[in-house]
Parts: sequence; structure tokens; C-alpha cells
Amino acid sequence: MRIRMNPGDWRNLRQGLLFASPWIIGFLGFTLYPIVSSFIYSLNVFTIMGQSMRWVGLANYKDLIEDPLLWKSLYNTLFMVVLGTPFHIFIAILIALLLNLKLRGMAFYRTIYYLPTIVPVIATSVLWLWIFNPEYGLINSFLGIIGIRGPGWLTDPTLVKPAFILMGVWTIGGTIVIFLAGMQDVPVSQLEAAILDGADWLQRVVYVTLPLLSPVILFNLIMGVIGGFQIFTQAFVMTNGGPLDATLFYALYLYQNAFVFFKMPYASAMAWLLFLVVLLATMIIFRTSARFVYYEGEEKR
Amino acid sequence: MQQTTLIKAGPSKARFRFNPASQSSQQLLGHTAAHLALACVGILYFLPFFWLISTSLKELGQIFRFPPVWIPNPIRWQNYPEALSYFPFVRQLLNTLFVCLTSVVLSLSSSVLVAYSFSRLRWVGRDILFVLMLSTMMLPYQVTMIPLFVIYRHLGWVNTFLPLILPNLFGNAFFIFMLRQFYLGLPKELDEAAIIDGCSPLGVLWYVVLPLSKPALATIGLFQFLGSWNDFLGPLIYLNDPQKYTLSLGIQVFISTNGVQWAWMMAATTVLTVPVVILFFFTQRTFIQGIALTGLKA
Repeated sequence: MRIRMNPGDWRNLRQGLLFASPWIIGFLGFTLYPIVSSFIYSLNVFTIMGQSMRWVGLANYKDLIEDPLLWKSLYNTLFMVVLGTPFHIFIAILIALLLNLKLRGMAFYRTIYYLPTIVPVIATSVLWLWIFNPEYGLINSFLGIIGIRGPGWLTDPTLVKPAFILMGVWTIGGTIVIFLAGMQDVPVSQLEAAILDGADWLQRVVYVTLPLLSPVILFNLIMGVIGGFQIFTQAFVMTNGGPLDATLFYALYLYQNAFVFFKMPYASAMAWLLFLVVLLATMIIFRTSARFVYYEGEEKR
Repeated sequence: MQQTTLIKAGPSKARFRFNPASQSSQQLLGHTAAHLALACVGILYFLPFFWLISTSLKELGQIFRFPPVWIPNPIRWQNYPEALSYFPFVRQLLNTLFVCLTSVVLSLSSSVLVAYSFSRLRWVGRDILFVLMLSTMMLPYQVTMIPLFVIYRHLGWVNTFLPLILPNLFGNAFFIFMLRQFYLGLPKELDEAAIIDGCSPLGVLWYVVLPLSKPALATIGLFQFLGSWNDFLGPLIYLNDPQKYTLSLGIQVFISTNGVQWAWMMAATTVLTVPVVILFFFTQRTFIQGIALTGLKA
């Protein structure tokens, strides 16, 4: 594709590139180069100490596929992504709908809901470690008051992931705020028209607000999915992958392989696999989005 | 305050009143229920904070109690000095501040330049490059994590702050995106007026665009500060010496294989959290606007 450029265009190009150079350099050095290196590493075997690389082709990937822990970690992570993210979005929309009623004190509530998201993740992890404590933690204390013997949230393999999802609900403030902003963009005229047609609150939400909110839902879904694939700190601090590898998330297992077992190439292969999985997931979401996302007639960015 | 707005969305200019009395009382019921729901959930959200501070002030005996002790009695303020002297707190605080502040300065500087290029300058391939930049936001950090570590190791930067600070010199896709959207909203006429007066592009940026972008810069500065303050994985990978740790990594010292020293841990956690909460309260509006901006223009 030949581009005809006059001297003015060249000058503009130089200028534009000059100003954008910080990012360009960063991209080349800190993104592109590492991505390519990562792929090359995954095709070799070496230790971080001795720099001797030995080409092994796809052996790492073969080991990867035969590693039951890998599949377990992938399952764990997908559990969080497929079940946790939509759940969080659902709750966030609910709360945003309530906040959108513009009741008195809306700003106050919004602050309370958003606050947990700025707490350092390690602080959140420690706090919830305590809240989930089987005997003296907040949750089981409340259950005890009404006479129920609370379970071991973090020690029971079947409960620990739902517990993490529950913990995640505490930090959906950012999502709530984004939804709230999106709801405020819903044209009043549409809602008025719906009222004139006799729609009640629920119908207005389902038939007017939600469809017009769908681009925002899509955005939050994608961000949530991408974030879900990277869940790490909570598992690292609270359960270290246990119990019985129930919280061995992909990012945690990757970290262990790289910095605990020093199997860097193996971890690199894991990283590439993750890249592909995320790409696949994002594409799937985009493809299916055409069916439920409604752009209000303006061109897509 | 009588308020019978039926329209939920938008700063509705028209106060829309429905006359039938049945609508009003239904409204009231609905609003009361909503208030109740919001309040309940709000309490649930706030409870962990309360618990955090409460536990941090407890004596050992009161922590493991059922029914739970809500207000510690006696209040053990010594937990705080004790916890903070258990690890090199002041040193780590200084480390954290250093990393945060330098990151903010670098981030702002580079993001401004790049965002300016993507929004106010016109050049071949600009939009393609912009989309490329956006797509890097979707890259899981794990993909570049290991090679970056190897690179830093080659450069001898492991166990220094450089890996935590330097990447900000090259701009941050998220911030560039936000700034660009913001800049697109500024009227072109201002730029053109300055150029007619003989201003170079850099001059336009400095004299015209920057002064107008204070709110956006504040937002980005805040987010960067917060990101650096809360960063855990970075320090975990790159810092080996407890004297160099940042706070988020440092308070891990209370979790050992023997168990957790809860009171001290909670005290340290509170100390880690309180500054950001205070920062947040003073800059709320900026925060929320910034978050909303990213979600809408995506």
C-alpha cells in the first residue's frame, strides 16, 4: 500500500512520532521485545543462574499439556472468570440501579461502595482472611448468632472459590461507578416515552436502560474477564493455592514456576498459553456481543 | 423534600410530576425500599473497615472471642507502636513514597506528550498506532513478566527501585487513553490561535493545552499514586532486601508459618490503608469522574 505523502505530511509524521516516542520506545522495549523473548524462552530450557539455553522446541508445551496442575489451575481460573465475573457485573448493575434513583445521600453511598477498591489488595486479603476465619471470623460469628455452624470458608475446597467470589463483591465499586455513569447517559426522552407507553420500573429497566447500557456492560465484561484471568494476590496471601490446589490460579502457578521452582521457560510457555486463552475469550465475547450490544446509531470507535 | 421525579436517569431538566395519588405513594414505598437496600449493603461494605480498626486495637485475648467483641475494651493503642517497630516501617514508608512520587511525575510527563501526539497532531498511521496501544491494555502482564525480569537482571536492576519506576517513563496506555479522550474535547481553535501567533507544537502543548488539563492530570496523578502505593507483585518480584521493601510488601512480615499476629497485622494494615482513604476523601470527585470517563468512552 503506497502512501502518497507531501513534505508537509512528512514533517507532521516526524513531529507526531517525536511526541509519541516515549510510548513507542516503551512499546518496542518493554512490550514487543519481551513478548518475542517470552516465546523464544518457551522454546528453550535454561536456568536463571546459568545462562545456557538449550533448544527443545515444543517440549515445554508438551510438558504443559501433560501437567495436571496446569489444567487444574486453568479450571480454577476459568471458574472465577465464567462464574465470578458475570456475578459481579450483575450485582454491580443492581447497586447502580439503586443508586441511580437519585435518592438523598447518593454521593455518600457511592463513596462507601467505592472505598474498598482503593484499599491495597494485600490489606483486603488479610482482612478477609480474618473475616472468613472459621471460628471467630465475622461471617461465622453472624451465622453463629442465628444458630448456624459456619463452615471453613478457606479450608473447604468446594467453598473456597465461592468465598473468593464473595470477597470480590466487596471491590466492585469501580464497576458500579462506571455503570452509574452509563445509566446517567440514558436519554430521558426514551424513558419518558416508555412511561407514556405504560411501562413500570422493571420494564423500563429491562427494555430501555439495559439495552442502552449494553456497550458499558460489554466494556466491564471484557475488563472483568481480563482481570479475572490475572487473579493472584488474594490466593498468594490467603491460601497459597490451597486447600488441595483449589485456589491454585493460573497466575499463581505461573509465578511459582518462574520464581519458586525457577522453571522460567516452563512459565514462559504458560504465559503464552494464557495469552492465547485470553485472546480467544476476548474474541468470543466480541463475536457474541453483536447480538446483545446496541450502539445508538453512532459509529463504533 | 418533596421529590416526585419518575425519570431515573440524567440530570433531568424537567421535574416531571404525575398527579394520581397512587403513583406518589407507590413512589414513596419504592424509594424507602431502595434506601433500605442501599443502607444494608452499605453497612455490609463498611463493616470490614470497622472490623479492621477494631481488631487493631484489641488485646490478644479479645481477638479470639465468640460472640465477637465489637468495641475493644480496653483499647490497646500500644498495638500500633509495637507493630510499626516490628519491621523497618519508616524506611519502607520512605521507599513507598519515593516510588509513588517519582512514578507520578514520570507518568504524567510521558503520558501528556504521547496523548498530545495522538490527539492534537495529525500524522500518518496515528490512529493505527493508537489502536495498537489500546490492544496492549488487554495483554496479561504475565506474558511480559518473565522476560522483563530477565532483562532487568541483565541490567543489574533487580533489588533496586528502577523496575518499579522506570516503565512510567514510557507512558502508560491507560493514562494516555484517558488524556487523549480529554484532549479531543478541547476546542481546536485554541491551538490554531497559538500557532498563528507563531507557537511551536511544544509551545502549544505547554502554554495552551496543559493549563487546561489540570483536572485530567489530577486524576491520572491520583491513579498512578494509588497504583504504585498498592502495587504488590512488582515489589514482590524485584525487591529482595527488607530495607528496600515498599509498605505493601513489608506488612507481610506478620504472616509467618507459625500463624498470623492478628492485632499487629491489622494495625499495620490500617496504617497502610488510612493514607489512601484520606487521600480519597479529599479527591473523591476527581476519582469518580476519572473512572466514569474511562468506562464511557471505551
